[in-house]
Amino acid sequence: MDVLEQTFTLHVPSSTKNLVMIRDFVNRVAEQAGLEESNRSKIELAVDEACCNVIEHAYGNDVSKEITVRATFDGDAVRISVIDSGAGFAPDEVPQEELRELIRQRRTGGLGMRLIKTLMDEVRYEIEPGRRNELHMVKKVRQG
Amino acid sequence: MAENFSIEATDEGDLTTVALGGYLDAHTAPEFEATLQERIDAGRVRIVVDCGALEYISSAGLGVFMGFIEDLRDAGGDLKISGLIPKVREVFELLGFDALFEIYDDRAAAAGSFASAAAG
Repeated sequence: MDVLEQTFTLHVPSSTKNLVMIRDFVNRVAEQAGLEESNRSKIELAVDEACCNVIEHAYGNDVSKEITVRATFDGDAVRISVIDSGAGFAPDEVPQEELRELIRQRRTGGLGMRLIKTLMDEVRYEIEPGRRNELHMVKKVRQG
Repeated sequence: MAENFSIEATDEGDLTTVALGGYLDAHTAPEFEATLQERIDAGRVRIVVDCGALEYISSAGLGVFMGFIEDLRDAGGDLKISGLIPKVREVFELLGFDALFEIYDDRAAAAGSFASAAAG
């Protein structure tokens, strides 16, 4: 059965207070797309992690900034983009250290990107620092 | 959106139990961190974090566990985890926390492991 592509967009101030709203938004879109609960949970967590990175790193906890979460689905996949206009970064240069090493260094972060890559089927960045940074994530509706 | 977060710390003998409930994310993790820090500052180094009522965790919450574990072990204590629901346990396992933290089915088993370690 063909499913008409539908797009939903949420604009929110860059604050951890809004993570609840962001998770609720992507969860409901994923539900409409027909994803079962375990995959909805994965999308929810991946988008939470992506937005936390924007809030902390791209915008430096400046709540006057805005995050856009765009969610599209058709019969094949749910596609989520997290968009900001803050400081960009070089995704390939972010060190991916082992958990044991992070703990040894008393680090409390560094796991968000790893989680996103583990939870989603495709992850792609488009970075234009200070202008427009987009993280595109795809979760297939039917695995295999 | 009936999302919330709850935390309750209880001292009993030399064991501190911190019971978490609801949603542990970047917004609520600072409260968890402050509670643990307060107990550790009070000299408590044997800690069980009971996650039986925890419905959600993101890496900000996991970061709190990471930040304290080395110092607790260096001080002769430990931080043990109990009661993870499957959805939350999956996140711990995805990142390999199950290899570095002791995880028990329930609070009593986690508490008991401290007692047997002391006896041994």
